Amino acid sequence: MTDYGPVAVWGVIAVIGLATYGLRLSVIHLFGRIDEVPPRAEQVLRFVPPAVLAALVAPSLVTVAPTLPETVLDEQLLAGLAAGVVAWRTENVFATIGVGMGALWLLRFVVFA
Amino acid sequence: MHEDLRAGVRDSVPILLGIAPFALVAGIAAVDAGLTPAQAVGMSVFVYAGASQLAALELLGENAPLAVVVATAVVINLRMVMYSASIAPHFARYRRRTRALLAYFLTDQAYALSIAEYADDEAGERDRRYYYLGVGTPIWVVWVVGTVLGIALGAGIPDSLGLSFAVPLVFLALLVPAMKDRPTTVAGGVGGAAAVVAAGLPFNLGLLVGAAVGILAGLLTGVVRNR
Repeated sequence: MTDYGPVAVWGVIAVIGLATYGLRLSVIHLFGRIDEVPPRAEQVLRFVPPAVLAALVAPSLVTVAPTLPETVLDEQLLAGLAAGVVAWRTENVFATIGVGMGALWLLRFVVFA
Repeated sequence: MHEDLRAGVRDSVPILLGIAPFALVAGIAAVDAGLTPAQAVGMSVFVYAGASQLAALELLGENAPLAVVVATAVVINLRMVMYSASIAPHFARYRRRTRALLAYFLTDQAYALSIAEYADDEAGERDRRYYYLGVGTPIWVVWVVGTVLGIALGAGIPDSLGLSFAVPLVFLALLVPAMKDRPTTVAGGVGGAAAVVAAGLPFNLGLLVGAAVGILAGLLTGVVRNR
């Protein structure tokens, strides 16, 4: 739970909102003066989605424990791997969440209970 | 209703099935992070970019420095510049005020559907603006309504169910298709590993460090391959 007050939370929402709108509007607004993103910038931007998403996912699935079996036999990691296979085969958000949560509950309430 | 607006709405329907659970998670995560219902809905309306919202909520819940919260969300949304550049030629004929409105609806899904339709319609028979708004408006409605439902649901679900685990699952579902060739796969693999190693860094900088290392690894892979 956040300890930030309403001013800080609304401030963060406003700043992120304005910045995101600026990114969306950027070239749509400037078209004519800038017709495309410079190739070098585009090279970097291309890697933003995989790098950022992986950096978001990995620490939620992998908790480094003192021993290897403890690290590997983790309910979140195993459920995440099952969901990863579904994401790879189906590219479906709904199926990925369904299988991932189902696997987590199975491990938490049945297998490791 | 304009014919091209209707065509956009029709094409958006399959996408909405993927957006609805994502929106629910955004509402649940906002309540979990300690936001009021008004702040949670406000975030979905003003930011209107799911992955960055979930990351910002996680960091807010951990009381990360506000600069880190903002920087992380902005980095996640940098890809919007690519979409903006790619779709800009199709919007160039419209007035500045129309373009300002169209920009607000630019999301991964609205972009992907519209640009595919424009590519199919070389003759330019489809009205660019109406088709795009036909796709974008239902996505917006489902996003905001889904957030509200998530807020209502989130309060009543016991913690032991671990529903917050749905957040990394959403990211996972977005990550897998983003790793579409060798350099992007390397960027993801290295970025994820670096984020795990950097997870203990102060100020919750792990995500930004992991992302930066991943981008660098992707760039280097591309350079090596082009030799």
